[in-house]
Amino acid sequence: MTELWRPAAEWELQTMIARLVREQRGIEVVGHGALRNTGRVAKSDVVLTTSGLKGITLYEPTELVMSARSGTPLYEIEAVLAARGQMLAFEPIDLGPATGAPGGALSIGGVFATNFSGSRRISAGSARDNLLGVRAVNGRGELFKSGGRVMKNVTGLDVARGLTGSWGTLAVMTELTFKVAPIPQTMQTLAFVGLPDDLAIEALNVAMNTPLEVSGAVHLPKNCAARLRTPKLRGLDQSLTLLRLETFAATIDERKEKLKAALKVYGAPVELDSEDSFGLWSEFRSLSVMPFSTETALWRISALPTKAAEIVFAIQKFMPAVAFYDWSGGMIWLEVPAAADAGAADVRRAVAVRDGHATLIRAEPEVRSSVEVFEPLKPEIERLTRGIKSAFDPAGLLNRGRMYANF
Amino acid sequence: MPHIELPEPDAGVIRRLPILIEGLKARVGKDLLILDEEGRRAYETDAFTAYRRVPMLVVLPRTTEEVSKILKFCHENDVKVIPRGAGTSLCGGSLPTEDSIVLCISKMNRVIEIDGTNRIARVEAGITNLQITAQVSKQGFFYAPDPSSQLACSLAGNIAMNSGGAHCLKYGVTTHNILGVKMVLIDGTIVEIGGTTLERNGYDLLSYVIGSEGQLGVITEATVKLVPSPEGARPMMIGFRSPEAAGSCVSAIIAAGIIPVAIEYMDRAAIEVCEAFAGAGYPLDVEALLIVEVEGSESEIGILLGRVAEIAARFDPKTVQISADPEQSARIWAGRKAAFGAIGRVSDYLCMDGTIPLGQLPHCLTRISQICAEYGLKVANIFHAGDGNLHPLVLYDANDPVQADNAELAGEAILKLCVELGGCLTGEHGVGIEKRELMATQFSQTDLLVQMRVKTVFDPTWRLNQAKVFPLAYTDAMRAGNAASTPEAA
Repeated sequence: MTELWRPAAEWELQTMIARLVREQRGIEVVGHGALRNTGRVAKSDVVLTTSGLKGITLYEPTELVMSARSGTPLYEIEAVLAARGQMLAFEPIDLGPATGAPGGALSIGGVFATNFSGSRRISAGSARDNLLGVRAVNGRGELFKSGGRVMKNVTGLDVARGLTGSWGTLAVMTELTFKVAPIPQTMQTLAFVGLPDDLAIEALNVAMNTPLEVSGAVHLPKNCAARLRTPKLRGLDQSLTLLRLETFAATIDERKEKLKAALKVYGAPVELDSEDSFGLWSEFRSLSVMPFSTETALWRISALPTKAAEIVFAIQKFMPAVAFYDWSGGMIWLEVPAAADAGAADVRRAVAVRDGHATLIRAEPEVRSSVEVFEPLKPEIERLTRGIKSAFDPAGLLNRGRMYANF
Repeated sequence: MPHIELPEPDAGVIRRLPILIEGLKARVGKDLLILDEEGRRAYETDAFTAYRRVPMLVVLPRTTEEVSKILKFCHENDVKVIPRGAGTSLCGGSLPTEDSIVLCISKMNRVIEIDGTNRIARVEAGITNLQITAQVSKQGFFYAPDPSSQLACSLAGNIAMNSGGAHCLKYGVTTHNILGVKMVLIDGTIVEIGGTTLERNGYDLLSYVIGSEGQLGVITEATVKLVPSPEGARPMMIGFRSPEAAGSCVSAIIAAGIIPVAIEYMDRAAIEVCEAFAGAGYPLDVEALLIVEVEGSESEIGILLGRVAEIAARFDPKTVQISADPEQSARIWAGRKAAFGAIGRVSDYLCMDGTIPLGQLPHCLTRISQICAEYGLKVANIFHAGDGNLHPLVLYDANDPVQADNAELAGEAILKLCVELGGCLTGEHGVGIEKRELMATQFSQTDLLVQMRVKTVFDPTWRLNQAKVFPLAYTDAMRAGNAASTPEAA
């Protein structure tokens, strides 16, 4: 058994890391374990959990800002926000259910360490975009802060945002400050039925190019659409192309009519009211439209919208693949049959020649240790990446091997 | 006397100038070089005009490859480089030194590609902010960040300073609107950081680059996000009897779930000067004026402005006026956007750029008035109220050395106040030389070391834009060419 270290306060976490640095022992950084089945497997001597660092430390609803200790569960934060009619606008993705880890265990630190945002990212920005400041301890055992609690801040290099998406390999975040937003007063959804992938992506981008502030643009091929729980969309046995509008009740109908007019050539949509819409869009946050079998591997592909359908078709030439398109095609969640390399060779080739990049999310641990989980870096970017790693964590103690095999 | 210290120029480098000129001529041709004193003098300062230093040489490259050759040459010959866009920095971000070469990318100003379907454009980074919008507006898009200097300032400068503007309450600042950059490192290596997709691969290196004030590399191209132009937009003006009432009204608007595209604040002093200059139709009998703008269709605008007016009514406003037509809207904004220029006609001023938590607004304004009074100076306040970004303009007479000194001291005290109230030294203008020494009031030495180590990764020998951003005493060793020691010095 690897030792489990669980600091209860920031100073204790710093003391522990300082000691581990002196002893040159490798540290696996975890929250509540929601992400342990994702990414490469870190090489470590001890597991350090932030689960003891809990609690909201600042919440100013009229300033749209909140601070919380990194181990605070996401659901606690969202409950406190909802009580004041607010939310995290970027709809963080909880990978727990999709990777066989517990659902609802994601910590706020994990949200920003992975930077996995949901459907509203297309209008409200990513987790990274909504981060304002952090306190963290780096791999030298130093406690530092970056950013702050105000929306605009150019005092020095933006280390806070630079830590997002670094998977605990640079520093252990102890406290985060981020933007929050009002929950929209009302929401409506237009669901276009039966469009093939390429036409659907085209329709989504026509919608995104209107000034109607579409805040969700998803396409579900037939097999994904069949997994929706929303009653009105069940049993249609067709692909679904979904567009979300959200604003004030007094103005939403006007926008809906304009959007329908702009998309007339794609057919007459099924319309969802506010209650159904809130239910529908929350389904995407746990990826429950994906098949999730132990027989498959899950990829997350970042693409130009106009290349998205092409990428999926290219992969489907080599293997059966199930795709869920978000961000009007800018994000593809893709399931392929489990294989020794999780289909990496074909997936990466199809993605790279179209200027995208792919991350392997779910596969057996041996697979995640033997193939590249993150898109391989170009040499000059790898040089900078290694430089950054070494600036924060010169001995390579924090989550070593979690992102890349050699550092 | 202005009291920001600038390092002594390196006489050895200046002595080598003839050799350097020959070397650069051989690599990029003489046409790109400005050698004569008059020509070089045009680059002696930026919009922080109290400080001037004539650089020993100015280079105006036209391509990324030329930038790469120039930087590689400077790297090999131990020459310092000052990257420069349009030279509109308000904090001395592109102030040269006598022993440096100014590398100005203003000739690299083309739009390379507009991809309307994917809502992105690839541009050369010397393009002006407004020119991007001008080139994409026919397709129904605009580039969102809108600093007041948008007619002149370059995108490269916006990226260096993570510029905001009046409309960033809704659309975010530069860091939310850039997907990727092409950048040249000091050794001449050309790197593509970020790309064309919404998400980055690997570490978010782009976050370090945006707002790095020319410390990491020279940005030559960028991929920017395009935003569909709104159907319409209209401002309203609300005049209040006190700054407190205006501040509370801003909080109440946001608490009601309304995020206007902009909420701008002007105090009495600013209103008077702007009105005299621009004839914007501002009320002259109020202590504070809010300009609130919303976007959408005609009916949406009507409903939203009606709501804002209802909320404002709770704070006993003296005047509430919704813009009647596009001409009036343009006048209202022209007054606000011309504010700095208008005030500049009646007085010299130092423009501060601190940011505070919104709840501290009334208290902060009172303290700013007190601070300026203590130094015998007047102040005009203009700021982006929605996001707490203050622009107090400390008025002084530049020909009076005592006043000039006092203005700097008052400005310093205001920025320290912002930090004390939970805010920061600069919201959108950057640190430059102006706020360099104040960084130690906002950050611990460790906080700054963490940032300086990132700088060392990109610029190991610290030749880019020296003596800026970080307190001078912290960077002595690196500037002396001993960068390797930085990371460990804790």
